[in-house]
Amino acid sequence: MSSTTDAPGAVEGQEEPSRRDFIHLLAGGAAAAAGIGIAIPLIHQMNPDASVRALATKEVDIGAVEVGSGIKVMWQGKPVFIRHRTEREIEEARAVPLTALKDPIARNENLGGSPEATDDNRVSSAEWMVVLGVCTHLGCVPLGTDEGDNKGDYNGWFCPCHGSHYDTSGRIRKGPAPQNLDVPPYTFLTDTTIRIG
Amino acid sequence: MKKFLKTLTAVTLPLMMIGGTAHAAGGETKPLKHPHFAFEGVTGSYDQDALQRGFQVYREVCAACHSLNYVAFRHLGDPGGPYYMDECPVGVPEGVDCSNPNNNPVIKALAAEYMVEDGPDDAGDMFMRPGLPSDYFPSPFANPQQAMAANGGSMPPDMSLIAKARHHGPQYVYSLLLGYEEPPATITVPAGTHYNVYYPGDTTSLLKDEYLDEEGQPLDSVEVPYGGAFKMAAPLRDGMISYADGSDETVEQYSYDVASFLMWAAEPKMEQRKQMGMVVFIYLFILALIVYFSYKQLWKNVKDTD
Amino acid sequence: MSHESTYVPNSGFERWLDKRLPLIRFGDDFMGFPTPKNLNYWYTFGGILTLCLMIQIITGVILAMHYTAHEDYAFWSVEHIMRDVNFGHIIRYAHSNGASMFFIAVYMHMFRGLYYGSYKEPREVIWILGVVIFLLMMGTAFMGYVLPWGQMSFWGATVITSLFGAIPVVGESIKTLLWGGYSVDNPTLNRFYALHYLLPFLIAGVVVLHIWALHVPGNTNPTGVEIKNVKKDTVPFHPYYTVKDGFAVVLFLMLFAAFLFFMPNSLGHPDNYIEANPLVTPAHIVPEWYFLPFYAMLRAITFDVFFITSKLGGVLVMFGSIIILFVLPWLDRSKVRSMRYRPWAKMWFFIFVVNAIFLGWLGGKPAEQPYILLAQIGTLYYFAYFLVILPVLSIVETPKPLPKSISEDVLAKKKARMKKPAAELSGGIAQPAE
Repeated sequence: MSSTTDAPGAVEGQEEPSRRDFIHLLAGGAAAAAGIGIAIPLIHQMNPDASVRALATKEVDIGAVEVGSGIKVMWQGKPVFIRHRTEREIEEARAVPLTALKDPIARNENLGGSPEATDDNRVSSAEWMVVLGVCTHLGCVPLGTDEGDNKGDYNGWFCPCHGSHYDTSGRIRKGPAPQNLDVPPYTFLTDTTIRIG
Repeated sequence: MKKFLKTLTAVTLPLMMIGGTAHAAGGETKPLKHPHFAFEGVTGSYDQDALQRGFQVYREVCAACHSLNYVAFRHLGDPGGPYYMDECPVGVPEGVDCSNPNNNPVIKALAAEYMVEDGPDDAGDMFMRPGLPSDYFPSPFANPQQAMAANGGSMPPDMSLIAKARHHGPQYVYSLLLGYEEPPATITVPAGTHYNVYYPGDTTSLLKDEYLDEEGQPLDSVEVPYGGAFKMAAPLRDGMISYADGSDETVEQYSYDVASFLMWAAEPKMEQRKQMGMVVFIYLFILALIVYFSYKQLWKNVKDTD
Repeated sequence: MSHESTYVPNSGFERWLDKRLPLIRFGDDFMGFPTPKNLNYWYTFGGILTLCLMIQIITGVILAMHYTAHEDYAFWSVEHIMRDVNFGHIIRYAHSNGASMFFIAVYMHMFRGLYYGSYKEPREVIWILGVVIFLLMMGTAFMGYVLPWGQMSFWGATVITSLFGAIPVVGESIKTLLWGGYSVDNPTLNRFYALHYLLPFLIAGVVVLHIWALHVPGNTNPTGVEIKNVKKDTVPFHPYYTVKDGFAVVLFLMLFAAFLFFMPNSLGHPDNYIEANPLVTPAHIVPEWYFLPFYAMLRAITFDVFFITSKLGGVLVMFGSIIILFVLPWLDRSKVRSMRYRPWAKMWFFIFVVNAIFLGWLGGKPAEQPYILLAQIGTLYYFAYFLVILPVLSIVETPKPLPKSISEDVLAKKKARMKKPAAELSGGIAQPAE
């Protein structure tokens, strides 16, 4: 509407010394800090909530699991493999030299630190192999627990997604997976009952 | 700014004045009793001892009929809750963090005293097991129908949110528990109900015939009494609950404690909210000052003249 | 006053981008928009409202991550947010109180527009788009209030959707269509959730149009006089108004924080902490405070007019009270924009504001005498203001003399201020010492 296209109202002394600008920088900085402060709860809300973090344990009766077979149970939304190993499977697992292992760490949550991945360090009782059924590559569920499953080249578990082979101690031997199958925290309540978690 | 604030005040003042009365309409009950609760005010926080005693009252008395569906055992051990603990008591193995309610030995023991339904097991059957901190308080009744059948046709409300689901909830709970009185001679209290001066009912319909005119309206000479006929009988008696900490074992004290506990159950995060609010307010105040000076500094240079 | 671009690309990349997508030019022109230098604090609510919309969308998207839209789980999931989700109680209270803050700001913004004649030629489209935004806000807020599935949610939804049943012939069919059943039920909850998520983005879209339309003629200002000389009358929006709006935003956030952290349930109704029960209606069904004036007008119509039943009449009056805003630019024909120079209009305007608040108070009262009669008087004034008072005043009122330009007005104000410095120091926020 106005005929003039001049720039809007000019400012006196555009090149002020920086002392004058300090208050504006401070204001901008304080506002930005407030923004960051607000962002923290807005992002943190996506972390597991209190009901998810709540104590979740699972008691499993393993009395009916025959030697040479295994079961899958759900714990924290993930499968846990419980395998009643045969003597031969235990021998096989014990015979593996540490140098043959891709991942030399036990990955057993029941032990502190990062002990060597010997078979003894992976179990509480040699007969029973308890591992999380989550392939350490990209999270698929490996085969090998049920009768007639493909157990892979090392007679343990085989992940069909990208061909990772685990041995009878749940250790990665071949394929893209970087780590041994995790051993979840568990305790024997009786000879035939374990509590996971 | 001055003029802006003046106009704003002139316009919003009546709004604030009517705001106070906006919710006042309702059943004619006696004005609520108002004890001082520890959680009131800007800096108020829960009194943990009162919460523990209040939980005891809930557990030993209220829980017979009233569920607490939205509260889990672990909630009792959250910061601000009745059984929160910073440090583990003697006897707990080292390295356990008892501020985590899932490890809190009191919570674990308490939960284990309840039996909760779980399952199905491998045979497909549901089974009972001792509670875990992650479990919710089991309801005293299997379903609303059972609850109604056991309580003369009315459903005892869930207690988890009752302190927020009533106007001035804590005062209401406190007053109601103390509001059982002999009914005035002018009304007939129906069988199975109990006269309570704080219960929002309408006593007009309870007036005896001799106090009504031909059209069934109360006579001008009769004052319609406060309160109403309440299905719940007076649940508390002096001395019925033994307190371990030596607090008074009176209905007043029980009512105060259970009102505190129910406020916590309805608003368990109140303390964190107020603490956060304090920090936010201080920050906003400083920010307001800084931005105000920045604004004044900037506008000082705007030419008022040609 | 769409101004010519003053942007000069500095670097090679800026020149490259400017030829392909002149994004920086757009931002530069947008922020440098010439804005009258005499805008007062009533003009800061536009910026505050933008912030409100952002707060609602961000907290709303977060709540949607944890909320379950199912009649059996909705109430439960809200309690889950309140008790277990990290910061869930703060985020949920921010969203519910944020809605109230949004309406506080929008009402201030609308009253400012009414007072300074912001709806008048050539800004009719800005005003109409604003009314569209207001309608969308009301729809969004109403559907959002249903989602927690408390008693007020359920019965509020029942009552408001039943209004459509008043429409002759097709009313019942429309009601069934809205419900997806024969009462408010799970399908209703699900569609309200979907729409509650959708509408804010429509609002954001209309806000873009609203601001676009604003940038064609430019802002009004308290004098109502158009910009005569850009250099003398205006300052660039940034930094002058970003900082001024910023200060107002911080003050507004303090009000918000007071509700959010220290009385988060004071604006809500306790009955909404009781899970929805189709068998029991709460003793007093009251909408959220921001709908109360309209609710009062709805209930004020208790009589039939010819073939229009009182039910339909109430609905027509309630919707009419908003529809009438669309045609306001053609009802008030006065050439003088600002009521600062219209002594009569100014008086009627303040009565209008008080009347609006009064209607809000009546909306929270039970539907009985004397409240109904008072609501009828209030409703009458509401409509008379638009349909009689403003049109008549445009003809009969003699406005005070207008200043020649914005800068002349600012100068006159400054002179007046210098004459009586004592008054300046007597109250309010003191000027920083120089």
